[in-house]
Amino acid sequence: MSLVPSSLAALHSGAPVVHAASADGVFSLLWLVVALPALGAAVLLLGGRRTDRWGHWLGVGTVAVSFLLSLVLFFALVGRDSGDRQVSQHLWTWFTAGKYTVNLDLLYDQLSAVFLLLITGVGGIIHLYSVGYMEHDERRRRFFGYLNLFVASMLTLVLAADYVGVFLGWEGVGLASYLLIGFWQYKPSAAAAAKKAFVINRVGDIGLSLGSALIFVTFGSTSFAVVSANADKASSGTLTAIGLLLLLAACGKSAQFPLQTWLLDAMEGPTPVSALIHAATMVTAGVYLIVRSNFIFSLTEDARTGVVIVGCITLLMGAIIGCAKDDIKKALAGSTMSQIGYMILAAGLGPAGYALAIFHLLTHGFFKANMFLGAGSVMHGTNDDVNMRHYGALQKAMPVTFVTFAIGYLAIIGVPPFAGFWSKDRIIETAFADNFVVGLCALVGAGITAFYMTRLMLMTFVTEQRWEPDVHPHESPRVMTIPLIALAALSALGGFLILNGWITDWLAPVVGTHEEKSLAIGALGMSLVTLVVVAIGIAIAWTFFGRRAVPREAPTQVSVFTRAARAELYGDAFNEEVIVKPGYTGIRGLSVFDGSFVDGIAEGTASAFGGMSSWFRLAQNGFVRSYALAVLSGAALVLLALLAVNFS
Amino acid sequence: MSATPFIVLSAILFTIGCLGVLTRRNAIVVFMSVELMLNASNLALVTFSRANGNLEGQIAAFFVMVVAAAEVVVGLAIIMTIFRTRRSASVDDASLLKY
Repeated sequence: MSLVPSSLAALHSGAPVVHAASADGVFSLLWLVVALPALGAAVLLLGGRRTDRWGHWLGVGTVAVSFLLSLVLFFALVGRDSGDRQVSQHLWTWFTAGKYTVNLDLLYDQLSAVFLLLITGVGGIIHLYSVGYMEHDERRRRFFGYLNLFVASMLTLVLAADYVGVFLGWEGVGLASYLLIGFWQYKPSAAAAAKKAFVINRVGDIGLSLGSALIFVTFGSTSFAVVSANADKASSGTLTAIGLLLLLAACGKSAQFPLQTWLLDAMEGPTPVSALIHAATMVTAGVYLIVRSNFIFSLTEDARTGVVIVGCITLLMGAIIGCAKDDIKKALAGSTMSQIGYMILAAGLGPAGYALAIFHLLTHGFFKANMFLGAGSVMHGTNDDVNMRHYGALQKAMPVTFVTFAIGYLAIIGVPPFAGFWSKDRIIETAFADNFVVGLCALVGAGITAFYMTRLMLMTFVTEQRWEPDVHPHESPRVMTIPLIALAALSALGGFLILNGWITDWLAPVVGTHEEKSLAIGALGMSLVTLVVVAIGIAIAWTFFGRRAVPREAPTQVSVFTRAARAELYGDAFNEEVIVKPGYTGIRGLSVFDGSFVDGIAEGTASAFGGMSSWFRLAQNGFVRSYALAVLSGAALVLLALLAVNFS
Repeated sequence: MSATPFIVLSAILFTIGCLGVLTRRNAIVVFMSVELMLNASNLALVTFSRANGNLEGQIAAFFVMVVAAAEVVVGLAIIMTIFRTRRSASVDDASLLKY
């Protein structure tokens, strides 16, 4: 993999170049991190009913061992020189076509290391939680097979040293998400949601495959090492095109505008799946792709502007949608959209933001997994009701869920010292340093986040009791609360990764360094402004939902804004009008053309032959004597012909 | 002795056989007409053999007889079977194979 001599790498002053040492010692175990969950998935999915009894523990075990391995590898990486923290492992040559060779290589560097810990750590916790959550589902073993497949695909995605390898993981994640969102496929809504997620992801996949193709045409290779070494030799137009194609890919996977509509429907899947999709895998893939391709994005201002715009729009859209949803999971899903918007926005800010995007991704992974699992716990205690208008006053019935959820809540709205404060605050600060409008979007988003999360909190855990008569809320079993406690601890403490600038320094060799721009009001002043905006959001939510009684039925006499937010800002209607209907019209036209013209030719020929044969058929009347006459006339004809030939 | 009367006789016999095959419905009669046509051709073969002074025509006539004998065996068996199952020896009744 170390195709690039280090002298060439040293020539670069811009984006850092991928030049990895080959794996030895403990790093030769790198492949096991991916192989274990993949093996788990294979055993669970091929083993059939034989593995029903212990299958879920195998699923938990493979990811747990992967996590331990990731920890060992991480500390081994910390132990190396800071300039020598990129390790690659050559597995085998995947395929060769002419001069083009794709190796199946794994690249382990500071960025992959962080992702490995997040995916296997949070993923492992979600696995453990699922043991309890899916206990009464007779297809639990299959569920764990899919979960393992999901984790293995995501690990492939973040470890691949090649855009083609990334594509392999990318598609694997798409497949696993399809299988998991549609896990309860007997529900038509779940089946439709899975299909929708798959189809919309496919649009993003076109971006990745075209982007990879363009990278290959431009650089003659798709490996990160070659591309990062030669990125500055490509024309800026090409780089912008590659950047925008990769952005399209990221939009699909990370549910960014305009490909965001699948995310809310994806809530049809079991809740641990939502947690996995939203925290550790899937939606983080788009952010990863942009940060990993920093050697391209750093060189193209235009593509970065596109990324920032997408991030801004999505962070506001997601937040607004989150305000109006009564379904607790959909409110959280809107919040995920919004938070991923923050990450994309940060990634679009260039070298100043890449590390912050990853930092927010980490903290978001902690608190969003925490809250999704908390929502699952609430549903577990209320007969799988997801309507927040049927909750209320759950904090007495479910104290552990309440406390852990509250920590996640404080983290997401950015109350110091919880995790979200550190990451979101830095993003807002950097956004303001870059552009005032972008910063304002991020700041307003923080206020709306505070509003909808407070609303969710109040409607679920506080206010008066609005339970269905047959519901007796109870705390979830320990196998579910222990993951909640672990994630709550991470949500509370995860922000300290930024103390002393550890996370930014750690990622600097991958994403490059930058000069800090200082704001006129200073970092502390910015934090204070953000906190004031957050407090305003909380206060508004308190006036609407804390002081007044929450009706059990959603009010119908609402403003046009609420109606728009309930309809997910008409994302589906937009797709319906702009893509689906013209598509249908075109297809109907094609179908008519096919039916009348193409089929006309084919069927016309056939019916002509059919008509002729029905005429000839009459000759076959079954009477021997008429056949004999035919034979005789034939013989006579032959005879006459012979005579004519002989005597002419 | 001229061959002409024999050839004329042969032609007459063949024509009678032809007409019999084409016009009669009774399978036995049709069968006899076929035999008549075969024998007419035999007569012609033997006549030409004699006229040309070699044996080839007579040998061909023997072949025709052998084939006719075999045909009689098979044909009569078929007619018998048809008669047994359908209680009729009419060739027009046995027209089901067109389906």
